[in-house]
Formats: sequence, structure tokens, C-alpha cells
Amino acid sequence: MRIAFALIAGALFGAGLYLSGMTDTDKVQGFLDIFGAWDPTLAFVMGGAIVPMALAWQRARGGAPLAGGRFPQPASRQLDKSLFVGSAIFGVGWGLAGLCPGPAIASVTYGGLNGLWFLLAIGAGFVCAPAARRRLDSAATVT
Amino acid sequence: MPADWLWGLVGGVMIGSAAAIYLLGNGRIMGISGIIGGLVDGSARSQWAERGAFIAALVLVPAMMHAFAATPPQTHLTSNLALVLGGGFLVGMGTRIGSGCTSGHGVCGISRLSLRSILATGVFISVGVLTVALLRAVGE
Repeated sequence: MRIAFALIAGALFGAGLYLSGMTDTDKVQGFLDIFGAWDPTLAFVMGGAIVPMALAWQRARGGAPLAGGRFPQPASRQLDKSLFVGSAIFGVGWGLAGLCPGPAIASVTYGGLNGLWFLLAIGAGFVCAPAARRRLDSAATVT
Repeated sequence: MPADWLWGLVGGVMIGSAAAIYLLGNGRIMGISGIIGGLVDGSARSQWAERGAFIAALVLVPAMMHAFAATPPQTHLTSNLALVLGGGFLVGMGTRIGSGCTSGHGVCGISRLSLRSILATGVFISVGVLTVALLRAVGE
């Protein structure tokens, strides 16, 4: 059952990214290009996605997931250095290439060789991140 | 073009519904950097089956749509390999250090009004805007 839910979610997510145009780096960089030829599409994608998910969070109050287990803990309220530093690093990479992890994976079969390189570079970043994060966290506790 | 925002809205509702199914079905947050990152760095080996199934569907469905499309869309990814590799590495590092990307913070976090996610999304969009402005300034 868990596998079935994962397959349905992955399929819907992939189709949604494809149809919304979010695997096109021109549309993503166009959204970030507010001083140039601004393309608002990404705002509609995010807005459209937040509504069903907000309803799901409402529904998740109290009960349990259909496949068993528990719902995630309430959102942490701790604002640490790694949240801001990490998000800023992500923002630089996102702006440089116009792809975030979801669309990079969704477009891997038609993104050419560079799409594959991009994905491998994300993987390298994932591998290096835990060490970098530990350094950030320990630096934060010292100061 | 008006059709663009309409497709954006349609695709967005599908993305949000995918996240809703993942939450209500499996009790998990559909954050891509978390789902993949946990497999790559070995912190989520016990969930490899459901995460693998999610990724397989995420790759296969757009692949089929692209294969059967009358006018298949392009990714328009830059041909500058330094930007591709540098951008990818920073995306990988940043999303894991900051505990989320566009799907995790931007969709799942904001929709439960998580302060962390709202701030994280504000930071990565603002920094992305500055980065694109700099790129355009140097003519990329």
C-alpha cells in the first residue's frame, strides 16, 4: 500500500511538473527575472499546489495515515543558521541553472547530457552537505 | 501568454494533490531533496522501496508524456558546463543544509504555515532573483 501511494504521488508530481512547464529552465529563471521579462507562471504553480496541500494538513489533524504509521510532528519553530545559509546556497544554484531537485529528476530522460550532469552534481552536493551542516551547527553553538 | 498561467495552475494543483496523497497515504512530507538526499547519504535506507517507487514514477511519467507529445517541450538548460555543475552542486548542498527545497518548504511547509518554511522560501526566491539579475548583467 505504501508503494502504491508513492507511485501515485510520484506520477502526479511528474505530470504536474511537466504540464506546468516547470521542467523548462527558461520559465523558472523567467520567474526569478523580476527586473527583466518577468514570467509569473511559477507563482501560479505554487499557489495551485498549496491549496490541496493545505486541505490535506487540515485533514491530517488527529487521525492517522491510511497506510499506517503516524503523521509528521508539528513544524519545528527553531530558526537556526543552517536554515538560512542552506536556503541562500540553494537560491544561488537555483538561479544559476533554473532547476530545483524535482524538475531535475522529472526531466532527466529528455534533458540531454547536461541534465544528467546537473543531477550528478546535485548528488555530490547531497553527499557533501551533512559535513558542511555539522560545521555550521557547531559554529552556531560556539558563538 | 494566458495559457501558460492556466497550465501552471493545473500543474500546480496536481503537484499539491501528489503531496496530499503522500501525506494522507504514507504520512510523509513530499520534499524531493529529502526523499532523494536521504537515499544518497544513506540516512533513509530503510525506506528505499517506497522512495524508489516514488522516484521511478516521477521519472517515467514525464518521459512518456514527452515521448508522445506533438511538440515536446525543451528544458533550455544552459550549455555552460560550469553553470550546470556549479548550480547542481549548490542546489544539492543548499537544500540538504537548509532542510528543504521548492517542494518541501515551498509547497508542503508553507501550506501548514510553518515559519521556517515561509522564511526559507523567501530566502531562496530572493537570492535566486539576485543571482538571475547578476547572470543577466554579465550577459548569460
